[in-house]
Amino acid sequence: MMQAFSLMIKTAPRRNTNENRIARFLVSGPPMLFLVVFFAAPSLIMILTSFRFPGEFGGLAPIAAPGEAAHGEYGLTAEAYQFFFSDIIYAEIFLKSFGVASATTLICLIMAYPLALLIARSEKRFRNFLVLLVVLPFASNFLIRIYAWMIILGPESALSHFINATLGAFGIAPVTLLFSPFAVLVGMVYVHLPFMVLPLYTNLEKHDPSLLDAAQDLGATAWQRFWRVTWPLSLPGVFSGSALVFIPVLGMFAVPDILGGTGDILIGNLIKDQFLGTRDWPFGSALSIMLTLAVLSVAGLATWFARSAIGQRT
Amino acid sequence: MSRGTQWLWPAAALVYAFLYIPLAIVVIYSFNDSRLNAEWAGFTLSWYKALFNNTEMLTAARNSLVIALSASFSATVLGTMAGLAIHRYKLKVLPVLVFTPVAMPEILLGVSLLLFFLQVLNLTLGMISIIIAHTTFCIGFVAIIVRARLQGMDESIFEAARDLGASPWQTFRLVTLPLIMPAVVAGALMSFTLSIDDFVITFFTKGVGEPILPIQIYTMIKVAVTPEVNAISTLLMLLTLIMIIIAAKIEARAAAGTGAVSRNEAGQ
Repeated sequence: MMQAFSLMIKTAPRRNTNENRIARFLVSGPPMLFLVVFFAAPSLIMILTSFRFPGEFGGLAPIAAPGEAAHGEYGLTAEAYQFFFSDIIYAEIFLKSFGVASATTLICLIMAYPLALLIARSEKRFRNFLVLLVVLPFASNFLIRIYAWMIILGPESALSHFINATLGAFGIAPVTLLFSPFAVLVGMVYVHLPFMVLPLYTNLEKHDPSLLDAAQDLGATAWQRFWRVTWPLSLPGVFSGSALVFIPVLGMFAVPDILGGTGDILIGNLIKDQFLGTRDWPFGSALSIMLTLAVLSVAGLATWFARSAIGQRT
Repeated sequence: MSRGTQWLWPAAALVYAFLYIPLAIVVIYSFNDSRLNAEWAGFTLSWYKALFNNTEMLTAARNSLVIALSASFSATVLGTMAGLAIHRYKLKVLPVLVFTPVAMPEILLGVSLLLFFLQVLNLTLGMISIIIAHTTFCIGFVAIIVRARLQGMDESIFEAARDLGASPWQTFRLVTLPLIMPAVVAGALMSFTLSIDDFVITFFTKGVGEPILPIQIYTMIKVAVTPEVNAISTLLMLLTLIMIIIAAKIEARAAAGTGAVSRNEAGQ
């Protein structure tokens, strides 16, 4: 009797785990399979492509068996990577992309912080509405948001006329706003601003207001309360928001493509041209791999900073 | 609570203005009786008329709709599964596969899928390749929303169902699915919006045959800007706005619905 009872106890969970295993397989199997085929495999193909020879008419040269590749033309090669370092212009474009991404992140932070703070400190019933107001323009088409700035910064726009009239009054030659690095920066900030507001708000909303009361009781001025209480506590939000802005800007090609001039090419444009312009697939893949590495290091840095910011607090 | 906000209002108002003025200008100029987006020359609906006579644009809209419906359907099914799996089981690989496409620059996914479709699958690029590509990045968004909903729930409900003799499938169909339904619907609507708006990944995985909406808009912007772009933009904004309102309504009703169910059950 006792034995049978203990057997029941033993078998019951076992049937359960078997059933669980099947359920687990059925639930995680399909998405796993889909993403292995359409995400992991393509990523590996991209790495492989970066080590191949470009074809004569674009695309790729066929891979020949080692014996056949008498001239060493059809095997694998690091030529695409060597090509990157052969001309300083590619390093410059990478550097410029990092510059634009840093500037965009900084401007987004400066614009988003007061807004996020206001939403976090407004009455609870208004908060969701104020957040919705930030997200709503973001829900409109991506190209339309860029196109809007084509109108505003265009040579015949009210803003251009106003700026050039003001400059003219001081005897300064008129400027063109559109198709310039300035236009690229404005477009980048406009497209990515909500990515900064949301993580900042999520962080600021959790702050305990009694900390500020305590600081005030201890004689801290408003300025001190911000820099010594609110700001340090908000650093995890600052870092995650910065990563969410910095990373997509680094790979963006549509904004420079539409709002920038011919000289305002960034990494994304360079990659795009390798696939849809000159059709040098290995070089395009090598550039994509280098962009991936850049993104990974930025994401890693942001995580590390956010963790150490949390660590300091405790 | 409202400490120091008086200093923040002007800055916040400026940021809100920065967010809304450009879109307002696009809408206003869609009714402007002039080819130039510069001066107001009177009200007209001619750009909308031109748009509805533009057969290529209409085909593009229809194609984009087909793509968005197919991609959001498959992404919702797979993303819901992924969200459930990641929440319930300690998985190592699946979260990486699901969340990386969301976090990385879109161009990387576009490029790798382009190479994969052409080299490995030997696929002629077109609607199918775009649907697959959109599904790949939408899965992550659905999974994030579904997982967030599951995280806020009391696990004992599912254990209770199992203890009362429900099979895993019954537990899913009768307990889990109704509870996560608002998240599933929200994920579906989000996937639809992301898909119909997506430019970068579509740009890399499109074929030459069928016109696609974002690509048509891009060509219009790059080649010949006419206020027709403003008209299509305004209509798309309207569509997105309607989708958001529907999502909010469904979520509110679902929240009220589950509340009523649990009250009824408590009454019995």
